[in-house]
Amino acid sequence: MSFDYNSLIPVMPEIVLLCAASIVLVLDLFLKDHQRILSYSFAQLGLLATLLAVGMTGNSETQVVFDGSYIRDPMSDLLKISLLIISIGMFVYAKEFLKRRDLFKGEFLTLGMFAILGMMIMVSSASFLTLYLGLELLALCMYALVAFDQESNDGPEAAMKYFVLGALASGILLYGISMIYGATGALDFATVNQAISAGGLDQIVLVFGLVFLVIGIAFKFGAVPFHMWVPDVYHGAPTAVTMFVGSVPKIAAFALAMRILVDGLGALHTDWQGMLTILAVLSMAIGNVIAIAQSNIKRMLAYSTISHVGFIFLGILAGTHEGYTAAMFYTIVYAIMALGAFGMIAIMSNKGFEADQLDDLKGLNQRNPWFAGMMMLLMFSMAGVPPTVGFFAKLFVLDAVISINMVWLAIVAVAFSVIGAFYYIRVVKIMYFDKPEDEAPFVAGTDTKIIFSINGLTVLALGLFPTALMSVCTTAIG
Amino acid sequence: MSADLPIISMTVWLPIIGGLLVLGSGDKAPNVSRWLALFVAVATFLVSLPLYTGFDAGTAQMQFVEKVAWIPAFDVHYYLGVDGISMPLILLTTFISILVIIAGWEVIQYKPSQYMAAFLIMEGVMVGVFAALDAMLFYVFWEAMLIPMFLIIGVWGGPNRVYATIKFFLYTFLGSVFMLVALIYMYFKAGSMDILAFHALQLNLFEQILIFIAFLLAFAVKVPMWPVHTWLPDAHVEAPTGGSVILAAIMLKIGGYGFLRFSLPITPDASNELDWLIITMSLVAVVYIGFVALVQQDMKKLVAYSSIAHMGFVTLGFFIIFQIMNQSPTAAGAAMGMQGGMVQMVSHGFISAAMFLCIGVLYDRMHSRQINDYGGVVNHMPWFAAFMVFFAMANAGLPGTSGFVGEFMVIIASFRADFWYAFLAATTLIIGAAYTLWMVKRVVFGETGNAQVAALEDINKREFLVLGSLAVAVLVLGLWPAPLIDVMSVSIENLLQHVSASKL
Repeated sequence: MSFDYNSLIPVMPEIVLLCAASIVLVLDLFLKDHQRILSYSFAQLGLLATLLAVGMTGNSETQVVFDGSYIRDPMSDLLKISLLIISIGMFVYAKEFLKRRDLFKGEFLTLGMFAILGMMIMVSSASFLTLYLGLELLALCMYALVAFDQESNDGPEAAMKYFVLGALASGILLYGISMIYGATGALDFATVNQAISAGGLDQIVLVFGLVFLVIGIAFKFGAVPFHMWVPDVYHGAPTAVTMFVGSVPKIAAFALAMRILVDGLGALHTDWQGMLTILAVLSMAIGNVIAIAQSNIKRMLAYSTISHVGFIFLGILAGTHEGYTAAMFYTIVYAIMALGAFGMIAIMSNKGFEADQLDDLKGLNQRNPWFAGMMMLLMFSMAGVPPTVGFFAKLFVLDAVISINMVWLAIVAVAFSVIGAFYYIRVVKIMYFDKPEDEAPFVAGTDTKIIFSINGLTVLALGLFPTALMSVCTTAIG
Repeated sequence: MSADLPIISMTVWLPIIGGLLVLGSGDKAPNVSRWLALFVAVATFLVSLPLYTGFDAGTAQMQFVEKVAWIPAFDVHYYLGVDGISMPLILLTTFISILVIIAGWEVIQYKPSQYMAAFLIMEGVMVGVFAALDAMLFYVFWEAMLIPMFLIIGVWGGPNRVYATIKFFLYTFLGSVFMLVALIYMYFKAGSMDILAFHALQLNLFEQILIFIAFLLAFAVKVPMWPVHTWLPDAHVEAPTGGSVILAAIMLKIGGYGFLRFSLPITPDASNELDWLIITMSLVAVVYIGFVALVQQDMKKLVAYSSIAHMGFVTLGFFIIFQIMNQSPTAAGAAMGMQGGMVQMVSHGFISAAMFLCIGVLYDRMHSRQINDYGGVVNHMPWFAAFMVFFAMANAGLPGTSGFVGEFMVIIASFRADFWYAFLAATTLIIGAAYTLWMVKRVVFGETGNAQVAALEDINKREFLVLGSLAVAVLVLGLWPAPLIDVMSVSIENLLQHVSASKL
């Protein structure tokens, strides 16, 4: 059997990123601390080159290569583009944050790039095995990144929790995969789906495996009741890492869910719909209610993530094209909002000052009206108030749920989003209505300022013209 | 005037873009921001005038229509237009906004550019609410309104402003999300987000009742109707004068407008079934809230409660129609009730704005809203006292002022439904006179209360301009309401016909 070199073309983006990450890894060995900006620039260039590669290899067809273990389709293109763009923004915020506390090391860049590579592999996986490999690559990099600040007490502790629970979840996922494999005799999603659709399989084994897979997905998303790691990891990790953990991997988790549940187990839709419904309602309830009690912004945003995951599940569980599109829209929008919100904390913090208490935002409007305005847009977007894009994300998801006649679920969702609105507007209240304790305007580099402004304005612009993103998502889902 | 100009879009976006410019002008030169804001507000008013001059009162069709695809995937359009019901409310908005800008001129010293910008953006969004003919566009404007108001109360409000503004936000947000679910539900039924398509949509009684309740939650909170009115006194008391004016004069009208545009035409049978509920809530508002107003010590709170009572007339006028139509085949009395409600909305827009501005004038000088801190103001501020007495009379519904016209029409209409409705509604003429005039007596007349009152200076030219223009509006509408009734009558009759035809 001869190797078809053409099959490498769809994998070009991953190859580019892998090369770039390796080069950064080696290059950084020869750099002194003050030259680190070089490897940073190289990492950013690498991400841009990958982005370019995605753009060049992307087309409207679906290509499956490597004996059905790797897939390139419009959905993977769009997800890769969004996760690369958001990662580029993430590196910009992280640079300044890490520099201020002497953490600006090459490892952050390499680990980050490998994590992104892992996510890209997840997004493009066509079989359980590829998916699992991508997932582990992402997870291992993340564990290390969470413990990145050796001087902090919370970091390693959070990393340990993350590692133990993450390993458990991976095990559960793997167990589920083995069940499905046992029932269908295949690992690639297309064959699995065919086998299930054809019928005649042992339904009990299938559903048994499905339960484990759903648990694995719920863990990676951070859905209740598998959310225990989320607040601790968000809180313990350095803000730059929290920003990473909290934003981009959600896109990968969405791909995980789509690949497994829709591509692989689409025929079991009625079974997983019920499970996701329970997870969604619980996540929205627990996330929104507990977030109110938090005084630490990172923990508050952790619980807010959990509630947003509930909304993403609403779109997936609808099981329609509109639902998947809505969930995808929601995921991308959420990643953008989370990036901005954590970016704000990163901007405000300084060496020895984490700026992760809600009170640290006091009087932001007096210290820096522009930043306060951007942060306000992000908060209202998270709360789902028009004209920001967060509203449309919620609207599309609700649309999907109502279209399958689950009006009660939509009512539950909006009721919890009202509860959620409280803690978001509390942030606005703290920024605008309270007097600042520290009058000094804080400093931020030009690139950080620009990225944060773009970040905030995107939320508004996408809210005024949601069609732009919506139509790409619709095409991507096909 | 060319019919091709997108007049409504200009009225919506001019203040929003102007507001952003004002925001960009910063606080280094506050006067630049102020003049720029005033210029934008006046320009918006002038731009909105062709809506009246070019309006064809002979048709109930939507006019000045603009329709562009916005979110094709969900068949959502940027779809604007006005009829006889929304047009007067848009003009009211653009007119009151000018006064609000002038009223905050030198009073607001903390971040004036943000203050002016918030009001201008608010103005554009509110015009959008009245003009939107696409349900999703309506909802976007409806919710977007909350953001500037939240900031206005929270940043420039009184001591307890944070509590008030969060209460305001959550109350209204809670009310409206259920409306969102109802709108999406109807979208799947009708296949489009067009409000006029919703009007024609066939729904069974069960669906209608659920949708009606969802709308009621949204609109009743906004109006506000008893028993979901409790956010209003808090918000009013803590809001800066301009905020109170916008709240009372325009935001409350949006709830009333919602009943006319959504509840009645979309769910006529549910409205017919549940009209007793609305009528009861309205009468409780008129009578009970009137008594509550009587015992208030805080002037702003008193006017806030009187607003709730007056808005009770509006909802009473809108929903009394079913009982009238059930009794007589001709709809003349019903039209009277509905028109009365509309006139009352516009008139209350002027009068409540004026009352809050009067209190603002006193508050700027004394920094107190307590009635007990005043007394004998007339001795030191004769011009002001004249205005205050005039507006108080209007608030009490004195014939010759606009306050009389709307209330009188609603009471006459109620007579056709049931004597006791009219009787209860008419008590407001007594209670309303009692609380308003008693407040005026304690504040304006009598001996000079204390040294601070003795040091008061009469209103300046700016305040005179603001109060004077409102006085003219109140008087004109009171003596000659025909132009207003003429523009709306065809639209209202069309609405009545639509409502009287059962969808079942």
